Amino acid sequence: MQSEILMAAPAIELRGVNKWYGTFQALKNIDLVIEAGEKVVICGPSGSGKSTVVRCINKLEPHDSGTLQVFGQTVTNDPRSYSNLQGEVGMVFQQFNLFPHLSVLDNLTLGPMKARGLTRSEAEKRARHYLERVRIPDQADKRPSQLSGGQQQRVAIARALCMEPKILLFDEPTSALDPEMISEVLDVMSELAQDGMTMIVVTHEMGFARRVADKMVFMDGGEIIEQGAPEHFFTAPSSQRCQTFLSQILQH
Amino acid sequence: MTYKTILTLTCLMLVSGCSSSATWGWYVIDPTTPTGWTNIKFLVSGMGDTILISVIAAVISIVLGLLVALPGLSERRGWRLVNRVYVEFIRAIPLLPMLFWVFYGLPIVFKSMGISVPIDPFWGAIITLALSDSAFTAEIYRAGIQSIAKGQREAAQTIGLTYAQSMRYVILPQAIRRILPPLANQFIYIVKMSAFASVIGMQELTRRANELVVTEYRPLEIYTLLIVEYLILVLIISAGVRWLERRMGSDERA
Repeated sequence: MQSEILMAAPAIELRGVNKWYGTFQALKNIDLVIEAGEKVVICGPSGSGKSTVVRCINKLEPHDSGTLQVFGQTVTNDPRSYSNLQGEVGMVFQQFNLFPHLSVLDNLTLGPMKARGLTRSEAEKRARHYLERVRIPDQADKRPSQLSGGQQQRVAIARALCMEPKILLFDEPTSALDPEMISEVLDVMSELAQDGMTMIVVTHEMGFARRVADKMVFMDGGEIIEQGAPEHFFTAPSSQRCQTFLSQILQH
Repeated sequence: MTYKTILTLTCLMLVSGCSSSATWGWYVIDPTTPTGWTNIKFLVSGMGDTILISVIAAVISIVLGLLVALPGLSERRGWRLVNRVYVEFIRAIPLLPMLFWVFYGLPIVFKSMGISVPIDPFWGAIITLALSDSAFTAEIYRAGIQSIAKGQREAAQTIGLTYAQSMRYVILPQAIRRILPPLANQFIYIVKMSAFASVIGMQELTRRANELVVTEYRPLEIYTLLIVEYLILVLIISAGVRWLERRMGSDERA
């Protein structure tokens, strides 16, 4: 077992992180500090590196240089450097990525049972608790494909919560949803935020960002162009690119 | 001669063969006569070995194929190379030369290493069939596993599953539905290729037919029965596979 998780340190700290895909530089010198309990919304045009930042944090992608710390612990691309963090950083994907061959309940109990060593009854109890929390307690025995997109995404959130993570990452959680289902997912996310979960959300939902975010991050071309408190960010963004972007997405 | 004339001539020969009793001698396998019945029993009793060789070879190939497929899915080039070399090398060797090499050559290799492992026709056939088939099953596994969206592996990783756990609980249960039909195809292929075991003296279906032909001089009738034996065997396997597919399909509708 590695060192205990240090709750006093920032939840996530990126210093000078770079990443290349071949000759294309996806991330340029990313500096980002996120305190425990903070809610950060990352926005920016597509291809700006928002998702890549999130995927580097939980090591779905390796970073090429710079340092990444999670609760003060340095995370490298070597899986041993974050083995004790497995499941501490939860993730919600744009495409839900539920396991189609398992029932909703089994989707939720798999991680706690296999990675945390819970018994089936403990895991099911926990799963039902979180299904209640995302307001679909009656769908436990269905297959993911029998649910609507909004319900599937809420199951995915519950699946992440079942690991009782300290940080939750959202990678465009509502981008694959029909408009009428977006709010049911955002409502659940807002409640999580109120309960003090540390959250990093990549999204274009600026209404949600305004309500929930403690910090806004704007990215373009693999760089963080601007970061700051939402009131300042939305009313008086300092960079031209950020102003243009905001005017474009706030038009509709 | 053109293709058409060959076809017409063949048809004519077949028809004349059927109508003239002089060319047919079904008595060799007529179950109502004692000799015919003995002959049939002799031929059909090869079924056990054909099935046994095929099943054991298939089981080995299914396990070996997965073990070969997994490095082929690795992010690391070195592992992928191991998979590539194995598949390309084994796939390139025709079955019969490989059978000769395993049966006549491999014991010498063992001997030179100071171990005496006698390879009898039974195991010689199984090793060859399993080895040769494993290159194909490996490719089937690889294609099946790669067809499962990358997001499934990522989701498994974010809920703390190890590589082995995500394979076992997330990827393989989904891939198996896509893998099963081509895998069954390979099993049918193994059953048919097991006929080569006759060459190294394994008394399975084909060997017995050959032996009887030598004593009875009735190749047409005996080989016809041989083909019917394989046909029945393969049809039974096909029915079994279809049943299995239905059963798994009803569990899951993606």
